[in-house]
Amino acid sequence: MDEFILIFRHEDGTKVASPEQIEVWMKQTMDWIGGIAAQNKFSSGTGLPFDDAKVVWHNNVVTNGPFGEIKETIGGYIIVKANSVEEAVEFAKGSPVLQGDGNSVEVRRIAKRDGVD
Amino acid sequence: MQKQELIPHLFRTEYRKIVAVLCRRFGFDQMETAEDIASDTFLAAAQTWAFQGVPPNPTAWLYNVAKNKAKNHLQRNTVFESKVSPEVKINASEFHELDIDLSPQNINDSQLQMMFAICHPAISPEAQIGLSLRILCGFGIDEIAEAFLTNKETVNKRLFRAKEKIRNEKLKIELPSPAEIDDRLENVLTTIYLLFSEGYYSVSQNQTLRKDLCFEAMRLCNMLIENNSTNKPQVNALLSLMCFHASRFEARLDKNGEHILYDDQDVSLWNADFISKGAYFLKCATTGNVLSKYHIEASIAYWSTQKKDTKEKWENVLQLYNRLLQIAYSPIAALNRTFALSKANSKAEAIVEAEKLKLTDNQFYFTLLGELYTDIDNEKAKSNFKIALSIARTSADKQVIQKKLEMLQ
Repeated sequence: MDEFILIFRHEDGTKVASPEQIEVWMKQTMDWIGGIAAQNKFSSGTGLPFDDAKVVWHNNVVTNGPFGEIKETIGGYIIVKANSVEEAVEFAKGSPVLQGDGNSVEVRRIAKRDGVD
Repeated sequence: MQKQELIPHLFRTEYRKIVAVLCRRFGFDQMETAEDIASDTFLAAAQTWAFQGVPPNPTAWLYNVAKNKAKNHLQRNTVFESKVSPEVKINASEFHELDIDLSPQNINDSQLQMMFAICHPAISPEAQIGLSLRILCGFGIDEIAEAFLTNKETVNKRLFRAKEKIRNEKLKIELPSPAEIDDRLENVLTTIYLLFSEGYYSVSQNQTLRKDLCFEAMRLCNMLIENNSTNKPQVNALLSLMCFHASRFEARLDKNGEHILYDDQDVSLWNADFISKGAYFLKCATTGNVLSKYHIEASIAYWSTQKKDTKEKWENVLQLYNRLLQIAYSPIAALNRTFALSKANSKAEAIVEAEKLKLTDNQFYFTLLGELYTDIDNEKAKSNFKIALSIARTSADKQVIQKKLEMLQ
């Protein structure tokens, strides 16, 4: 079985959601991850808070936040176990992140540390 | 206490203490010698007390006899060794070492160290439980056999192999270093919880024995809490969990030992004392920033002590299972999570999620599907209950499923 990372991409990280909306998303995300974990397919994952976010550029220029010229941001990721990329894509389809127009979930296979990849 | 009850009672409480102290003194590889001396001591008590009456302080009498027997053993060994190798001289300090310390402090330390030694990762979980019951809890071989629904020979063989392993691995009786303690503690807690579950979910009809298993597990956990170096949040969480479960002892089985489902339990039989103890230890468990599976399971068990079917309860239970599954997957947690989902969200959502679990060798999977389809698609509910019935193992389980099927007719 392979591991895949599902990366949550938000089209516009500067949008501010209401606390009620955030609470709904939180629950949906917890239920979604719980559903994957109930199939014993969850490996790890975390949210990535925007507070204190920095971007380090070429020549060691540091800017605040992932925003600025790039609007797209990464809001978090989870790593799942799946037999194929198709199975991992099915997991990704359930992500509440996708309810936001323009948002996406990137699915990437994790390289195994066996020297083959 | 009557004389015929006194010796079995003392055996249960004192045998393990004598064995722990002697084992620690002789070394783990001489566990059998320690056990022999402890058994001989009780044999001497049975013979002597029958004729001369019970001494005023029976425990002190036992300790004295055990001490003398242990000293004789050590002396014989020393003499033997000194004859084999004449250069070995017995000096005063060695004689001093022959003393056997049966003080409460040393008994406690020895038992705690024994716990860590027995729950060593090198020993199989099954053997750990057997050894714990024998050495830490003072259970007789026949009691262990009954608890495991097996015979004495099998138990003896299992214990023998475990002791052999201890000798081969040269395991030491000592507390792990502070750096190791969390890792090793995990193993100890697993064994204690297995011991508890063995009693709680056992198929044995002997209810007294089953309760004893649970109480022994709680006693061992309590010993860890009473020691500063092992009084960790996860230990408190485990004791809390066991207290919450134990609160339903009287309500979950009927007079014939048949299981009573949670929904049908008489709440007045729930033990309020255990529930408040559970809450107390759960509070003790919240110091520090460790969130073990026992914390989550204890929190779930707390909600189980709230019989009222509220949205708040099920939403909390669902989120706890969501977290539990991320750190410790088990099929039963996956099924319970899906049941909580049906209560917190909807049956329709839970059915979709349940179908994904594909636990097709598990009777409870089909029971859950049967429950979820009930009132939504009764034909599907029936067919799932029928599959569950065909793979159910115990007659109690079969009865429960049969009842659910009848309700659908």
